[in-house]
Amino acid sequence: MANKKGGGKREGGSGTALIGNGRRSAATKAESPDSRFPISDSPRPSAGLTRDQKLDLYYWMRLTRTLEERLVALYRQTKVVGGLFRSLGQEADAVGSAFALERRDVLSPLIRNLGSMLVKGATPLEILRQYMAKGDSPTRGRELNIHFGDTDRGFIGQISPLGDMVPVMAGVTLTFRMRRQDRVGLVYVGDGATSTGAFHEGINFAAVQRLPLVVIVENNGYAYSTPIEKQTAARQFVDKAIGYGIPGAQADGNDVLAVYDVTRQAVDHARAGGGVTLIELMTYRRKGHAEHDNQSYVPAGEIDRWAAENDPINRYLGVIRESLGATEAEIAGIDARVAAEVDAATDEAERSPPPQPLDALVGVYADPPGERPLWFREGSDRAVDVNERAEGWGTWSSRTGSA
Amino acid sequence: MAEVTYLEAIREALVEEMDRDENVFCMGEDIGAYGGAFKVTEGLLGRFGESRVIDTPISEIGIVGAAAGAGHMGMRPVVEMQFIDFIANAYDILTNYVATARYRAFLPCPMVVRGPSGGYVRGGPFHSQNPEAGFIHTPGLKVVYPATAEDAKGLMKAAIRDDDCVLFFEHKYLYRRIKAEMPAGDHIVPIGKARVAREGKDVSIITYAAPVWKALEAADVVEKEDGLSVEVIDLRSLAPLDDDAIFATVRKTNRVLVLHEDTRTGGIAGEITARINESCFEWLDAPVLRVTAHDIPLPYAPQLEDFVLPQTSDIVRAVRRLAGY
Repeated sequence: MANKKGGGKREGGSGTALIGNGRRSAATKAESPDSRFPISDSPRPSAGLTRDQKLDLYYWMRLTRTLEERLVALYRQTKVVGGLFRSLGQEADAVGSAFALERRDVLSPLIRNLGSMLVKGATPLEILRQYMAKGDSPTRGRELNIHFGDTDRGFIGQISPLGDMVPVMAGVTLTFRMRRQDRVGLVYVGDGATSTGAFHEGINFAAVQRLPLVVIVENNGYAYSTPIEKQTAARQFVDKAIGYGIPGAQADGNDVLAVYDVTRQAVDHARAGGGVTLIELMTYRRKGHAEHDNQSYVPAGEIDRWAAENDPINRYLGVIRESLGATEAEIAGIDARVAAEVDAATDEAERSPPPQPLDALVGVYADPPGERPLWFREGSDRAVDVNERAEGWGTWSSRTGSA
Repeated sequence: MAEVTYLEAIREALVEEMDRDENVFCMGEDIGAYGGAFKVTEGLLGRFGESRVIDTPISEIGIVGAAAGAGHMGMRPVVEMQFIDFIANAYDILTNYVATARYRAFLPCPMVVRGPSGGYVRGGPFHSQNPEAGFIHTPGLKVVYPATAEDAKGLMKAAIRDDDCVLFFEHKYLYRRIKAEMPAGDHIVPIGKARVAREGKDVSIITYAAPVWKALEAADVVEKEDGLSVEVIDLRSLAPLDDDAIFATVRKTNRVLVLHEDTRTGGIAGEITARINESCFEWLDAPVLRVTAHDIPLPYAPQLEDFVLPQTSDIVRAVRRLAGY
């Protein structure tokens, strides 16, 4: 739980720690050789990334942060009509983990995983339209913020009740197995969602079925205002893996390469038929639950320490300067590209039209595809005649309100 | 062709649909080797194997959530609630996740959630419930509750082929008490269409599931003793409701009793009554009456359960009151 108090960097090395070995009860089942976490002595997968790929990791993190900063500006101009949820300080865990998936794999993001959606192909334009409730947003104005998905691009839209996406992703990966597809699922939950029944039922079901699913618990210290001490009596969230009979691993969530490594190893394990892995990524939520939250519950100095000492983007800048020899011009070039993309997307999103009210009535069911407006809604006279006024119905006319 | 029970009719539908479409599969607690608590899925494991007849942990959220995820990916899961009472555990994921999926995210959830429902079987508070009203209130779900073996089969096949989530309530009192010969061929009963279970002209009883049979008994009684002609409408589908069939019978008899086994307050009878009021007010010759269970958790002892649930004598009394209004 050092992340709560500290702000210090975590150990480097492989960035992963083997916690628990997923041993099953010997009384009912012989220990299976692949029930141990397979990664301890394998080389770091990130060693196989090209220089361009490593620079891409920086690009995706920078894009996440710049896009969110733009959203803050739009929020203050009241152009973001609902709440705004930041992932400041958590960009590495979202980006590094999604980067470990193949294009055909499917993830289910949570509210701090804008970065993972961008890696999976969501565009800044979609995000901006979505926050600004535009008619051509991915959900046509029906849903909030980053609550949207696209199964073709491999991300499934989350809902607000926490933990629900775990059983849903169990079903997605169950389908992969039934169809003998070489595909893996990844689902994110926060520290708070581990307390829900849905999390437990979903991960247990997936574990029993040995489904190709990776479950990432992003431990960012707080669930809204609730610190992890009030969320669990467990020493650390990764310990829960033992109870499910699955491997667990913990990694520094602010080290994007460590996140990539641990996720990639779990993904490979799942792809090889090894079943579910629980990964705890240690990170820190530097902003409130949403933009309105003043974080009065956070001890003084804690946020500043994390910002100064353990910012994932600053840390990775050090890595790419030192180990990739990235020049300042190269980095500035990426930053400029990100800024230009966000500017262009903002201009386009601002031009997008709002949804038409009648669009609200379409698409609850495949059949019937739409509802007619209720009689009391202005402009609904014809619909009343068609829909609500029974044949041969009395003498009162809804059209004129008179006999 | 031999007659089959309501329960066997459901199984026939499952088998036929699993034969027809390899995307159809079953999940639930004890549905595989054991064949389900009521043996609805008996024999399916041997026929289709473990990958399509999946025994799950005791996890209603997990089962329903996994069905949704599989549905997104093109499968057509049929999941069993061992008793429909336990669907309450999955209420969040059904109402917040499944019901909204198409609307909020263009995610299809073609899935069936089925389970033994209803009372009159001395099942006590947790093996007798009729929780359908809680779900017809949720846009995005479809709800069916057949009263006959033919409809059990035809509606199950329609539910499996439907592109949205259908909650399929099976009345456990009817499982082995009623039988019918199945219509030949690919027998589909469309969702959203009611059935006239008995034609009549003096009073209408609008009902569904096991009470359909009590309504028919009551109709016989008042025909014999009072010379009254009672029409019985079996709704079959509760979401969507068949407004046309409801309004047609109101306009025909002008006196309406809405009958259900669920408790009274917030029950479906209230919704049906409101629709009649809004659309057929001037066709009524008497107030719409309800016969329902008392607003009581269902007790176990026969003397208590029979008192709380609607009985044929209650229906007879209500029909006489309507006729004499």
